[in-house]
Amino acid sequence: MRFFKHIGAYMMMLARVFRRPTKGIVLKELILKEIDELIIGSLGITAFISLFMGAVVALQTALNLDNPLIPKSLIGFATRQSIILEFAPTFISVIMAGKVGSNIASSIGSMRVTEQIDALEVMGINPLNYLVFPKIIALLFYPLLIAIIMFVGIMGGYMAAVYGGLASAGDFIKGVQETFIPWHIAYAFIKTMVFGMLLATIPSYHGYTMKGGALDVGKASTTSFVWTCVAIIIANYILTQLLLS
Amino acid sequence: MITIKNLEKGFNGEAVLRGLDATFIKGKTNMIIGSSGSGKSVFLKCMLGLFEPDSGDIIYEGESLLEMGAKRKSNLRKEMGMLFQHGALFDSMTVEENIMFPLRMFTRMNRKERIERSDELLERMNLTHINNKKPSEISGGQQKRVALARAIANNPKYLFCDEPNSGLDPKTATVIDNLIHEITVERNITTVIISHDMNSVMEIGENIVFLKDGVIAWKGTNQEIFKTDNKAITNFVYSSNLFRKVREAQNQGL
Repeated sequence: MRFFKHIGAYMMMLARVFRRPTKGIVLKELILKEIDELIIGSLGITAFISLFMGAVVALQTALNLDNPLIPKSLIGFATRQSIILEFAPTFISVIMAGKVGSNIASSIGSMRVTEQIDALEVMGINPLNYLVFPKIIALLFYPLLIAIIMFVGIMGGYMAAVYGGLASAGDFIKGVQETFIPWHIAYAFIKTMVFGMLLATIPSYHGYTMKGGALDVGKASTTSFVWTCVAIIIANYILTQLLLS
Repeated sequence: MITIKNLEKGFNGEAVLRGLDATFIKGKTNMIIGSSGSGKSVFLKCMLGLFEPDSGDIIYEGESLLEMGAKRKSNLRKEMGMLFQHGALFDSMTVEENIMFPLRMFTRMNRKERIERSDELLERMNLTHINNKKPSEISGGQQKRVALARAIANNPKYLFCDEPNSGLDPKTATVIDNLIHEITVERNITTVIISHDMNSVMEIGENIVFLKDGVIAWKGTNQEIFKTDNKAITNFVYSSNLFRKVREAQNQGL
């Protein structure tokens, strides 16, 4: 029952995010600030993880290629498919739930505890529009981050395969280009858009509705991470079923 | 002027406010006093529209808050200034940005005009050279004064203060009290202060409402508070050692 109560409250919060918009010029600045914090600020760590994950995928594939009849280009192919279909959109979103989601939940939660949200409301400002809407818009740029992550991941695979002597550069690039289905990119970006929405709103919900003190801000942050991950994993399954099967 | 009519509010079936009737007068410092848990903050939050009352009415200059549409309520809130107990300054902004915030949101002032207004208010609050500091870098008393500057930046018609001098030393508390009183008289606004600080009450309480267990147990002025024989208010006032000793001294003719 409690679960459904939260779903209902979450939906009502989403509806309120788009009501009573904040002054345009202020909103523009908030959106740019959020893009800087949520997207650009996450580029370094996600690129770093992606580089090494791409390398590991290439290594694992190469180490499992025992049969000499299987071409080495499979390393490039497997790296591309893993990175584009699952690693970049899903795995990075789970990491983002920890990095960005916790930050959103704790910052909004702290504002709740210190009455800053009440202050906004008393001033006649819609706190949800002021705080959450810019995050939703900023995370519309999330596919751009994921596009970079895809490139960096495949580069990581290339470096591990080529400089590790597992495949030639030609074989790897041939594998990356082999049986390429453009729809897979579209599928990955559609997933990314949905995950971006979840990343912006679930932690915001947990931060906004939290009650208590500083300790509860930490709890809200942890809970938001868990539920964002759960939502991403479920959405991933549903979207894959709808878009690929 | 704000009129409260038979206001009731409860949580989880437990009544917190029970049939409150009060009038908060324009140009005077109105105070809601009472012990912790008496319902003062709930009362204030109902007046601000943060809590919806179970029954009764809150009337701003003849207009019922409960019957107002969302847009009208939002416009009314632009006429309110609120000084929160802990300041509630936006910690991601500097002192200057905090004061300029309502001006930026609700006026057409350009940046230069906003900075001038912020400087003027900071000077009024006797705060200089802290414009670019973050709230975490200034003292509690300074935070309260910055919060007061933010609350009055937009020339509100109604000023609400939730325990404005809690956690402050007596000297700073007096400074804050006097500032609130001066602003109220000077701008002829309706000020409502929540407090349980008797020094504040004696200093600036021109229209006092005493809450006990969610009921208004006494109403009057700071002049009348020592003359009343209402047991609830005298128990509250003389729970302070200082006031008890003053009364003892008066009784002994000292």
